[in-house]
Amino acid sequence: MGAIASYLSGGFRRPSVLPGFGITLGFAVAYLSIIVLLPLSALVLRPATLGISGFVDVLLDQRVLAALRLSFGAAFIAALINAFFGLIVSWILVRYDFPLKRVVDALVDLPFALPTAVAGIALATIYAPNGWIGSLFAPLGVKIAFTPLGVLLALIFIGLPFVVRSLQPVLQDLDREVEEAAVSLGASRWQTFRLVILPAILPALLTGFALAFARAVGEYGSVIFIAGNMPLVSEIAPLLIVIKLEQFDYAGAAAIGVIMLVASFLILLVINLVQRWSRRHEEH
Amino acid sequence: MAGGTTQPAAAARVRRATTETALVRWILITVGVLFIALVLVLPLISVFMEALRGGFATFFQAVANKDTWQAVRLTLLVAGIAVPLNVLFGLSAAWAIAKFDFRGKSLLVTLIDLPFSVSPVISGLIYVLLYGANGWFGPFLKELDIKIIFNVTGLVLATIFVTFPFVARELIPLMQEQGRDEEEAAISLGASGWRTFWHVTLPNVAWGLLYGVLLCNARAMGEFGAVSVVSGHIRGLTNTMPLHVEILYNEYDFVGAFAVASLLAGLAIVTLVAKSLLEWRYGDRLAGGRKH
Repeated sequence: MGAIASYLSGGFRRPSVLPGFGITLGFAVAYLSIIVLLPLSALVLRPATLGISGFVDVLLDQRVLAALRLSFGAAFIAALINAFFGLIVSWILVRYDFPLKRVVDALVDLPFALPTAVAGIALATIYAPNGWIGSLFAPLGVKIAFTPLGVLLALIFIGLPFVVRSLQPVLQDLDREVEEAAVSLGASRWQTFRLVILPAILPALLTGFALAFARAVGEYGSVIFIAGNMPLVSEIAPLLIVIKLEQFDYAGAAAIGVIMLVASFLILLVINLVQRWSRRHEEH
Repeated sequence: MAGGTTQPAAAARVRRATTETALVRWILITVGVLFIALVLVLPLISVFMEALRGGFATFFQAVANKDTWQAVRLTLLVAGIAVPLNVLFGLSAAWAIAKFDFRGKSLLVTLIDLPFSVSPVISGLIYVLLYGANGWFGPFLKELDIKIIFNVTGLVLATIFVTFPFVARELIPLMQEQGRDEEEAAISLGASGWRTFWHVTLPNVAWGLLYGVLLCNARAMGEFGAVSVVSGHIRGLTNTMPLHVEILYNEYDFVGAFAVASLLAGLAIVTLVAKSLLEWRYGDRLAGGRKH
């Protein structure tokens, strides 16, 4: 009641003896508005100049559809692969001991630290037909670089840390007594994993998957060098935005941007719902 | 409790029961480490190998190039403006959010994370839509003869946007964990607000701040997509290091491209080492979830 009363009497903030509320909040909100909110509103409002039919025309263009399909499709597959291997990597980092474990742990963050353009030219060189790995596949008739397969590899590279860093703290906090109880009730190790451990880490795994997916959809730097950028085949949606901008088609570029933005908000919304749902389950 | 001899035996039995057989463990470790080596380490090694393909002399020649140095200087300049501004914002936002209760707080926290969910290309696009020749403020800026897009200002704005949340999202949970008691005690003992911040709050969050700055700086110096859209790729004027890598690569100057790339890869390695050291040494003084 006291809190409500003070809200009603003192406006929107609860009284405090500490100073500096007005200036710090004022600066933070002003900075946020200038850097983030105003520019993003320009993005959302710009396609309005096209009208609804113009907006739909941009999106139903063959080239745009193909690019969106590639960006979302490759990002989805890459996130699935990352979820699988990310689970293994975080499992061995939390549960087992092996030489150079700390180095492996630190290396997981490499895609966060390595500039995307650097990763891009490195991947393109490795998987090119005359590269370290590309030359192994070239005799089999498999081309990796400059095909959608190359796009997929780049997206796997940048997505891995999201899965591992989402899973690690949850695996660490997992109560081993529950596993002991499962064993003493006669469960095999695989049953324990499937029925006890997996349900407990599933929300974190989904969060990691969604974060990796969202990042991969918008990724640009590490992809464009290895993609080959053939229209309708290996051209990603962010590159199409750049191309439209170079043709001074601002509204068209913004229309593609809005679609991608809406998609990533939907993904974030799902993450939030999953987290809220899992928190409710933990309480029971 | 059972006797001293059965207890370790029971503990060992439980440990055996709640881990995998040696074979499964070995397979999982091999798969995990091989995946990391193939997907993450191989590209890193290839950067240095390609840079040194023509020997050290060629490498240094490529690095000592005039365009390269201008790119290095521009990258340092852009990060030198963007990072301190985001530190100022992070400290302000964290102080307001962690030390006070007000309406709309959770909305503010959500909005701060927004730039992380925006594609780098869109991060550049939004500033072109505002300040570009056909943008909202384009005609107005043209009249005043102010250039933002295809200019250093645009690079700085795009860089601030993509690195916006790093410092704030590290400081906010950390300051929230620490509560307000110490600051309230200092104030009630007569310290000024500024002095309280300087002598009480800042020492408490120093390692967390450094951690945030480290990540913010790495991204600021390495950002490609966002700055690529606003830069116009003008050599010597709006060419940061990552953009210079692209230009050299597209001109088939692979040794040059990888030489500049290896400088950036070196920065990434230094960042990773410093970050790991911070986590191991001061994990308990960083925001939750970073403890190792």
